[in-house]
Formats: sequence, C-alpha cells, structure tokens
Amino acid sequence: MRKITFSVATQEAMKEEMQRDKNVFLMGEDIARQGGIFGQFAGLADEFGKERVRDTPISETAIIGGGVGAALAGMRPVVDMHFADFIGVPMDEIFNQMAKARYMFGGQAKVPIVLRAPDGMTRGGAAQHSQCVEAWFMHIPGLKVVIPSNPADAKGLLKSAIRSDDPVIYFEHKKLFSMKGEVPEGELLVPIGKANVAKEGTDLTIVSYSFYMTNVLKAAAQLDKEGIHVECIDLRTISPLDMDTIYESLKKTKKLMIVHEAVKQGGVGAEVAARTAEEMIDYLDAPIVRLGAPFVPIPYTPPLERLVKIEPEDIIKAVKEMLGR
Amino acid sequence: MEKTYDKNLLLEAYRKMTTIRAYESKVEEIFLAGELPGFTHLYIGEEACGVGVCSNLNKDDYIESTHRGHGHCIAKGADVKKMMAELYGKETGYCHGKGGSMHIADFSIGMLGANGVVGAGYNLAMGAALAAKLRGTKQVAVAFFGDGASNRGTFHESVNMAAVWKLPVLYVCEMNQWASTTPYLTTTSVKDISDRAHGYGIPGKHVNGNDFFAVYDAAKEAIDYVRSGKGPYLLELKTYRIKGHYVGDPEKYRTKEEVQEHFQNDDPIKNFRKTVLAKKWLTEEEMDKMDQDAKDLVLEAVKEAEAAPYPDESELMQNYYCE
Repeated sequence: MRKITFSVATQEAMKEEMQRDKNVFLMGEDIARQGGIFGQFAGLADEFGKERVRDTPISETAIIGGGVGAALAGMRPVVDMHFADFIGVPMDEIFNQMAKARYMFGGQAKVPIVLRAPDGMTRGGAAQHSQCVEAWFMHIPGLKVVIPSNPADAKGLLKSAIRSDDPVIYFEHKKLFSMKGEVPEGELLVPIGKANVAKEGTDLTIVSYSFYMTNVLKAAAQLDKEGIHVECIDLRTISPLDMDTIYESLKKTKKLMIVHEAVKQGGVGAEVAARTAEEMIDYLDAPIVRLGAPFVPIPYTPPLERLVKIEPEDIIKAVKEMLGR
Repeated sequence: MEKTYDKNLLLEAYRKMTTIRAYESKVEEIFLAGELPGFTHLYIGEEACGVGVCSNLNKDDYIESTHRGHGHCIAKGADVKKMMAELYGKETGYCHGKGGSMHIADFSIGMLGANGVVGAGYNLAMGAALAAKLRGTKQVAVAFFGDGASNRGTFHESVNMAAVWKLPVLYVCEMNQWASTTPYLTTTSVKDISDRAHGYGIPGKHVNGNDFFAVYDAAKEAIDYVRSGKGPYLLELKTYRIKGHYVGDPEKYRTKEEVQEHFQNDDPIKNFRKTVLAKKWLTEEEMDKMDQDAKDLVLEAVKEAEAAPYPDESELMQNYYCE
C-alpha cells in the first residue's frame, strides 16, 4: 500500500470533502498563502481559491466564532487553531457557543464545524507551544473530540469530522505531521466514537492515543520479544469515550495502564480509570496505572523537557513493575 | 416632497412595538409573582430599536440577539406563544424549555439566537454573513449589542474581519446607557460608540433610538449599504433602559425620578403615536385596537403556556448530539 505523511493525509481529507460538498471551507491564520505552519493546508488554496481557503487576521475569537456563525447558517467550516495552546483565546466561542447551540436552542441548530488544533511537545516549544489540552474538552457536553495517532486515521477521522453535523475538535500532534504511514487510496472514513485495538495481547491493556501510540507500540514490540504481550488500544476519540472496547480487552488481560502526554492530573487517563473502577473493578487483578506528565508547565531546555515525556523505555519499565517482572 | 411611509409598514411596526411592550410588561408581572424560573431582561423603552431595524430585513436575513432578546425576537417575527412557553420552561416553547429567556431562537426566520454571553453575537453574526457571501446570496446579518458589550474584545476581532472581507454585517449598538448597573461613560472611552467605526474604516452613524422613524431611515440606509457588498456598517441607537438590568434588580444605581423622566418624555411608543397622528398616517382607533390585540395575544400566550406540559424526562438527553 502507498505511504503518505499524516500532513498529506489531512490535505487529502479536506480536498476530497471540499470536492464533495461546496459548503465546506477552510479558514485560519497562514493557511492559504503559507499552506499552514506545518504544511497541513499546502496546495488547497491553489485548487479551491482564496475564498474557500481563507487567510484570517490573528483573531482567534473571530476565526472560531465566525466559524460557528457560518455553521449555524448552514456551512461546514474547518477552522485552524495554529497551535492548540492558543485555544484559551476563543474559549467562549467553543464552550458556550459551539458546544451549546444545538441543545440550548432545542435542536433547531446544527453546528457542523471542525476545529483543528495542533498540540504536543516538539523541539523545545516550551510552556505555551507544547501543551496537550484535550482533556479540557471531554468535560464539555456537546463537543466531540478526536485525536488520531497515524496517517490513515488522520484522514479517516478528519473526513468523518467534516461530515459530522456535530462540532468536532480535532487534535493533531505536531510530531505526527511528518510521520509516514499506509493510507489506502480513495474513500476512507474512520467512525467517531470508536476505539481501535492497534495490537492484540493477553497480559495487560495499554490505552493511549495520538503521538504516544507510537511510543506505546514501540514498547509493546520490545515487550513481545521478552515474552510479555500487551494489548494496545488507540482511543481515536476521547469524547464520547468508547469504554466497551476497553472493557472487552480487560476481560482478557485484567490489567489496565493508560498513557498520555498531557499532565496526569485530571487527564483522559483519570476518566478512563474512574469509569473502569466503577464498572469493571471485579475483573481487575491489579491497581490501575496511569502514566502522564508531572503537574508542571512544559520546560524549554531538553534535559528538563525529557523529564515530562514518556518514552518507550518508561512504558516498558512501568509494565514490568505492574506485572512484577 | 414630504417623506411618507407605506401604511402596512407602519401598522406592522406599531403592532410589533406594542406587542413587545405588552409581552415585556406581562413577563415582568409573572416573573415578580414567582411564576418563571431563571433570569429575564426586559426591552421596555427600546422597542423602536429592534423594530426599526428589523422592519428593513427580509425573512431570510440573520440576526444575533442578546440576553435582552425578547424585543429582537418579536421584531424579527417570532411567535409570541412559543416565546412565552419557553419562558415557562414548557415542551411547546421554542427550545422545548431547554433554553429559557436568554436562549430563544427561531432558525426558520433567521433569528440565530439570543445569547447569555455579552458580546458573543458579533462573531456569530459575522460568520453568518460570511456564509451568505460564500453562497452568493444577498442575505445580511445584524448583530445587536449594547453599550456594555461594545467594550468586549470580540467587537474588535469581528468588526475588523468583517471590514477586511467586506462582509454584509450591520452592527447595531443599542446604547441604553447602562452596562448592567454601571453608567456607560464610566467604562467607555467615547461618547458615541459609532465613532469607533473610524478605527475600522467603515461607516458609523448614531441616531435617536427612541424615534422609530430615525431608526428606520438610518437602518434602511445602513442595510442597503451592507447588502450592496460594500462591507459592514456600525449603527448606534441612543435609547434608555427603562427597567432594571434584570427583573428584580433593586436599581440602587439610579433614581426613580430619572427613569420616570425618560419614560414620560421619551417613550418610543408615545413618540411613534405622536408622529403618525400629527401626520395623519394612522388613527388613534387603529393603534388602540392593536394595543388591545397585543394584550389579548399575550394573555392567551400565558394561558396556553401555563396549560402546556413540561418536557418529558426523556427530553434531557435529546438533541445533545445530532448523531
């Protein structure tokens, strides 16, 4: 199968959906002339013109709020957040407008908007250009939150998000943009709200998502060689959460570890662990383990930045501790 | 030649203004009697603003309203009975009782919602205007806001973007002189909010918001401008908030005499009557009948709302997602 980058996979998704539906349009800072600061919008303005691929002022409330208004009026905007770290600027537009319009207007409104939000640590981005803030949005009813880990899912989830009549926040890790992976030609839709068993195993279940799936799968491959077979679940969507896939896995492995780049406190892992404890405690034969960043802002200097990351060797160590090996 | 107005336009405008007055007066009464949950904010004294502007709009034009939104709803053509049922939290309300006073919307007439967040409507209206522009329709969008909201940063982001992209948005400031409980000059850097238009290279104008004819004429000019594709326009309507910020507001920040003086000398409905009678455009009888019809309609709306069922418990999780 052909291999393309995550970035190109997202371009293909937008291109195909723009060809399919004239109501789809894109707006954000530096996306038309520049092609996006990570190249994720490259070439689209040439094909669709600068009306449908719009360079905006640095005005996050207008980008997101304008997108919501356009969606209320029947369009299907894809808006770009530049860096997920800037998402606090248009927070009212996200949590009071985008997320609430359908419910509070009694179902009159549809808000088919996709908000792309590049997140995560890369090359010393420091405190305001490195964060993973996805957990904030699983606390907001009315939003869907997807977070792909590879090029194929990037394409399939983005296409599903654009077609969804609900607002979708699409977190994409900056380190993934250049990652190559197999992506089938033609139509590819990945359902929102469904986790993926990325690797089967019997000894322990690791739940993760986004770039850290790479680290989890690397760790799992190494552990296989040592006779420890972990099952790896890629959440793909964090709201709504697909707990059933996790529970099915736990019936087999009876041990749960959750791994994410975001701070451990109040993270996605906290919700997964709490629900599992509420509903599956009888199946578990070990305490649930969460691996996440310590509760500090992201430091700039590489030696300190390393301390807030979870690398494959950290996961291997934690798995062995959990299994008493 | 003396300026004149289509009689049906005048009848419809008066009917809407008196309906707003009747609706808001009744809402105040039943709210104070403890009949309604939530918070509610009244539009009494500002009727000429919403009606003067919306009388120039088509059914498919968009408006974004505010927390003080009942008047905008009626001005755009919303159903008074569904509005009242919504205030009662009933199944028959516009939002099946899930929205309440601050979230009434009627998408079938381009009324994209009242909003509980001050200054949130600018960007939503701008986006609706962008949708109209991308689709190549001649629709326009109106963002209503108050002098208090004029100090939100969203104003800057929205107006600048609309100006750069020449979007068909009319920004209508209802300068009612009170930002919640604070007089606007203590928090606002300019006397006329319309002056701020200069900073965006767009036209700005202010007129007497208590004079329906001044509002109507100015809005007509502004909406023609906006609809022609020249870009956004800022229209400021000078009015006065007769009631408190919310129903139940003890109003310690102003005297009753100040309010009475405004209401007695500059009531937009009285002003309208005075003009149309002097010009012999409408008769006392025509308007008195509309006053009575409005009161009857509101009473009927209350009766029907009281009798209507609350939403079923199964409604709680309905319309949370589309799919």
